[in-house]
Amino acid sequence: MIRGAIIGLGKMGLSHTAIIGANPKVKLAAVCDTSSLVLSAFKKFSQIKTYSDYSKMLDEEPLDFVVIATPTKFHYPIVKSALERGIHTFCEKPFSLTVKEGEELVALVNQKGLVNQVGYHNHFIGTFRELRRLIQTGILGELTHFTGEAYGPVVTREKGGTWRSKPEEGGGCLYDYASHVLNLIQEIIGRPVKSSGILLKSIYSKGVDDAVYALLTLNDGTSGVLSVNWSDETYRKMSTSITVMGKKGKLICDATELKIYLKEAAPHEGLDKGWTTKYITDLAIPVDFYLRGEEYSAQLDYFVDSIINRNKAEYNTFEQGLYTDKVIEMLIDNSKNNHHG
Amino acid sequence: MDKVLFGDNQFFAVNHASDEKSRAQAIRFKDDRAIIQVLDQAIDLGINTFMCTTHDRIANVCDHLRANPAKYADFLIYPCMPYAHKYANAVTELGIAGTIKQYVPGNVFSTFAKGGFAFLNKDFIKLMELLIDAEMKMFKGIQTPVIFIQNVLVDMILGLKMFEVFKEYDAYIRKKYQAEPGYITMNMPALLDALNSVGIENPIICSSINKIGFRMSGGIEIYEKYLNEKEFRPIAMQVLAAGALRPKEAIEYLGNFPKIESVLFGASSQSHIKETKDLIEKYLCPIAVAD
Repeated sequence: MIRGAIIGLGKMGLSHTAIIGANPKVKLAAVCDTSSLVLSAFKKFSQIKTYSDYSKMLDEEPLDFVVIATPTKFHYPIVKSALERGIHTFCEKPFSLTVKEGEELVALVNQKGLVNQVGYHNHFIGTFRELRRLIQTGILGELTHFTGEAYGPVVTREKGGTWRSKPEEGGGCLYDYASHVLNLIQEIIGRPVKSSGILLKSIYSKGVDDAVYALLTLNDGTSGVLSVNWSDETYRKMSTSITVMGKKGKLICDATELKIYLKEAAPHEGLDKGWTTKYITDLAIPVDFYLRGEEYSAQLDYFVDSIINRNKAEYNTFEQGLYTDKVIEMLIDNSKNNHHG
Repeated sequence: MDKVLFGDNQFFAVNHASDEKSRAQAIRFKDDRAIIQVLDQAIDLGINTFMCTTHDRIANVCDHLRANPAKYADFLIYPCMPYAHKYANAVTELGIAGTIKQYVPGNVFSTFAKGGFAFLNKDFIKLMELLIDAEMKMFKGIQTPVIFIQNVLVDMILGLKMFEVFKEYDAYIRKKYQAEPGYITMNMPALLDALNSVGIENPIICSSINKIGFRMSGGIEIYEKYLNEKEFRPIAMQVLAAGALRPKEAIEYLGNFPKIESVLFGASSQSHIKETKDLIEKYLCPIAVAD
């Protein structure tokens, strides 16, 4: 059994705690948060040790890994402390607030040779996995265009809130919602290297963006559109989709289905000419414990198994998370240039 | 419990197979009258139990039931709380303390006469009771013989191993509402073990049960073993595996497990409701339960 701890007990942190708590390969040694309300619930109802100071916890507890789900501005110091102590680290997305800090952490983790993962959980949804595989087979021929979208009802009224309404702390739709889409585009289609026509729009929020629209060009020259809005209450929950067009067809993918249109049949894939739909019921990654979606368990199973089996991870490395941060920084820089030019 | 429990996912744009279909549902059920019309069709077909989330719009349906007491005299509601997205979106926006402030009725500081949050720190059970009462308010005057906690919360408590919370919930539902507590889960075998470990025997557990093992965490074999060997009152949901199975083969499979007391399903058209109901009546043969 390996020993782990969770730092940061907000929505994602509690979810990670429950999933790790249910994993028989792991001894959940401790949790850490600054909220006395949350910690006293753990003291009262669970056997898990609690800390309000992460340095103290890292010093006192012998740990194989930590899961960090604090507000983004704390990622850098906490990840650094964990890595320096030789602890495998899972960090929530977005990875870092500045590229400089992120680069330092990537260099450190590579030097230490530790397992590292960022919480871009969409890569553990069966439909997006299948989309990635199909594109890698070249089934669409030369790519001509893509659209990456996410919509949801996070901020639908005018009122101030938590750190998510502070841009300097990693708040806003670009960091929170668009980062997921940028990361999917980057790992499934290609790495964005250029952006233009970026619009960062505040709708209800003051100080941060509620919607992000931009044109992106990828490293292979493919161009496409990013369209993300977290103030759209016509969606019951966050809904993310990727559409990719090529000379031989089109793929439309979300968390529930992958729609495939091919101009000619692809018998080796068992795909007809015209439309085929693949459903999540056939593509979901099986898990032993389910909370809110297979992907949340599957990503932590992958992290734990990477530690136990000493595998080199393919999905959601710090380096991949850092690249998404670089694209975010590029979009912010471009939007500032728009304002002043 | 009736063999057939009518669900509400179709009314609130919950579709596990297609985001596109869920949008079409949101458009169709924009109006509360459209929901009531489908409920009336289900009642005409002999369905008497509606199992529904504590969604704001259910409050409107409840108003309609209360306004027509003769028509709905025998109609039962099994509430499922909480409507999790309401809280999840609030936690993202307001944080945990902010969410409690928003949803606990009245002012937290006056609710807990002395000390506000400091007091609340020591009295989570009181907080749970207040939240249950807030969610149950909309059902006043309506028969709610079974009251469920939603799977997001059940499975969170299960993973955190805070099993005593189940015990407190169980006791409060029985005492305050004279109702049977129910549990919705995506992790049925682990949940049954957890409930048994705190002395909750023969619980009502609603979980995915389908022949392809969809959303049956840990695998279909252990689910079948528990359905055959353990003592509990299972309700089957997601029996069509989000549309991957045809109704006949799906319900025929449930007939293999005499312990299954009820099937939860939702549908929007009278013909689909009738087809599924007839299949359930035909294939489901629950063994008699003592109470």
